[in-house]
Amino acid sequence: MTGFCRDCLTDVDGAAGRCPACGSPRLLRHPELDDLSIAHIDCDAFYATVEKRDDPGLADKPVIVGGGRRGVVSTCCYIARMSGVRSAMPMFKALALCPQAVVIRPNMAKYVEVSRLVQARMRAMTPLVEPLSLDEAFLDLGGTARLHQASPARMLARLARDVEREIGITVSIGLAPNKFLAKLGSEIDKPRGFTVIGRAEVRTFLADRPVSEIWGVGKVLREKLAADGITRIGQLQDRDPLQLMARYGAIGDRLARFSIGEDDRRVQPEREAKNVSSETTFDEDIAEFDRLKAILWRQAENVARRLKKADLSGTTVTLKLKSADFRIRSRAATLPDPTQLAETIYRTALPLLKVECDGTRYRLLGVGVSNLAPADLADPPNLLDPEMGRRAAAERAIDAVRAKFGDAAILKGRGFSSGGRAKPPAGSSSPSSHNRRNPGPDRR
Amino acid sequence: MKLRIERAALLASLGHVQSVVERRNTIPILSNVQIEASEAMLALTATDLDLAVVDKIMATVERPGATTVPAHTFYDIVRKLPDGAEIELTYDQAQRRLAIRAGRSSFQLSCLPKEDFPVMATGDLPHQFSLGAEALKRLIDKTRFAISTEETRYYLNGIYLHAAATAGVPMLRAVATDGHRLARSETPLPSGAAGMTGVIIPRKTVNELRKLVDGAETDVAIALSDTKIRFTFDQVVLVSKLIDGTFPDYERVIPQGNDKQLEVDAKSFAQAVDRVATISTEKSRAVKMALDNGRITLSATSPDQGSAIEELTASYAGGGLEIGFNSKYLLDITGQIEGDTAQFRLADAASPTLVRDAGDESALYVLMPMRV
Repeated sequence: MTGFCRDCLTDVDGAAGRCPACGSPRLLRHPELDDLSIAHIDCDAFYATVEKRDDPGLADKPVIVGGGRRGVVSTCCYIARMSGVRSAMPMFKALALCPQAVVIRPNMAKYVEVSRLVQARMRAMTPLVEPLSLDEAFLDLGGTARLHQASPARMLARLARDVEREIGITVSIGLAPNKFLAKLGSEIDKPRGFTVIGRAEVRTFLADRPVSEIWGVGKVLREKLAADGITRIGQLQDRDPLQLMARYGAIGDRLARFSIGEDDRRVQPEREAKNVSSETTFDEDIAEFDRLKAILWRQAENVARRLKKADLSGTTVTLKLKSADFRIRSRAATLPDPTQLAETIYRTALPLLKVECDGTRYRLLGVGVSNLAPADLADPPNLLDPEMGRRAAAERAIDAVRAKFGDAAILKGRGFSSGGRAKPPAGSSSPSSHNRRNPGPDRR
Repeated sequence: MKLRIERAALLASLGHVQSVVERRNTIPILSNVQIEASEAMLALTATDLDLAVVDKIMATVERPGATTVPAHTFYDIVRKLPDGAEIELTYDQAQRRLAIRAGRSSFQLSCLPKEDFPVMATGDLPHQFSLGAEALKRLIDKTRFAISTEETRYYLNGIYLHAAATAGVPMLRAVATDGHRLARSETPLPSGAAGMTGVIIPRKTVNELRKLVDGAETDVAIALSDTKIRFTFDQVVLVSKLIDGTFPDYERVIPQGNDKQLEVDAKSFAQAVDRVATISTEKSRAVKMALDNGRITLSATSPDQGSAIEELTASYAGGGLEIGFNSKYLLDITGQIEGDTAQFRLADAASPTLVRDAGDESALYVLMPMRV
């Protein structure tokens, strides 16, 4: 049976218990190992792992990332999980189970940064990467074997090893004929897992698993199935899809197909963006309009740059503020025409910000555009605003200079807050700013 | 208060005023219409605080009086009563209820006191003149499609009505623009309007006025100040606030030196634009006009749907030019052209184009091209 060592990637034949080259017991063997190409990669206890990476003193302590925002556990490390702590659990309950846990407030900017590094490595293997969130993604490695001179399984093992060595976090991988099975696979052997589900064993593999593992089976359908005596996927196998559809509606077809491991959903790399935004969580809460204004300008530039890069424009400008007590205020204004200019985004958001500067202290400011349109509809000439054309031309000239000499080559004065310390310009990777390109609501 | 009135008359009158009342109101009295019976007359008043409409109709009044009732409910009741019915309205002051009886139907509506109903004071209206209903309709029809809905430039959310001179002749002019297109229409300046301040009439007022004036049998008496305007005709009085802002200097926007002249049959042009635009994308609605001596080629492409092309003969000798327009804007303008011929004056693919109606000197349109 074909196989290799997950630590040194050496081929392993026969039934040896350890790698003959490095002695590692982490051997991967499967009859279909080199024939499968759809993978699901899930970072292990992502936020907690990043925090442990950055503070080795936490390595052997139970770590809970969360609190703050809604007082629930975002992520907990595997040590905390041994005490029964789970994500989405209220913080007081988690601390009752595990009083010695170290609680860390989430630092989203840092996780976004790490996530980007991991995803960049995925994209180096295949363009077909479909991120589901910061810490998980589907990959389709079909047809890459010749390019990489290695099968998808070996490339994935190498990715897991490199991410662990060079980025400092661990991942679990599911490799299977399709997305449904790949996602189930990555769950099975966490952390540092690598599970291969081949076509030959699909039916037996699924038979004993709960029906709730089928994508789309939520609480209501699970209860309805249970009322009909169906709790295991095996009970759905070989049922007539038409009968299942008659009984459970359109999802009946999926129940029938998924129960025998058939899933024809493709790995979709780029979901159409619904909005483009930039937001910043501050190190200290800010109430002053002047300081917020400077941050807003840098964010507007950031959004504009990404719109231009993606050949998009946006019609609705939304300002988002989060107060020190975590209340979110969002205010929007719709433009007569889509824009991709930082100047227009800033001018539209500024009055919205001004109104909200009523002495409230804010911990987060963000600006984004939605209602996206193609770039060629952006910023049409306006009868009443001949200056518009000039402003657009000025901004494109600045873009051209920056493209040549770097983002810091030209800065607008308004990017520096009066009295406050000057922050790096938008576009340089300011550590506390992160960008989001949100997918549609049909994400999963 | 007690009176009898014919259903059709009441329905028509309520129809006039009820659309002023906003469907959603936080202040309960603003959901109501005021009904006031005096000698042989019933007066209905509705307001949204920016605009008030009073409509008077004949009624057999037994006992004068006044109250207010929920406008849309009242309207719905009257609408559903059988045609030809006589309606009896009785206000019970003690119960604060209005009884509506017709045939075997009987309704009781809760009322709010007349004293709470906001009265829109007009103040002094120094400029007064009178305008034929047809002339007023034309001023509105030829311009209102270009009113902007953009809230940030609120001063564009209405029709700018002002006195001006065309070739030395004093005119009353209506102008609307949203930055993409501009529409201007004019009529000889009525006596009394000389020296009037330019005013911006809000979109909602324009639309209500246009509805009311449709059946007008008399001239419309217009009185205005810097802040208010009043229209009086037949039994209707409409009072509105004006938009407090400065309308931009639109004359600068009207191109003077466009030298390429195009004349095309307005109807076949509009139909061709409409057909070709079927293909253009929902978002852009762009239609490309390729001009060549003697003909126009209209085309549209959509990456998802495909393409369309149509050729028309036209009177044109300005040489090759390709220019794009928003098809909806083109159709808005051609829809207002009454003569056989639409006249375009173009400069180049990036400059504003002037459109005129060969059959109507008084109307003028400016259209900004799109990049195609």
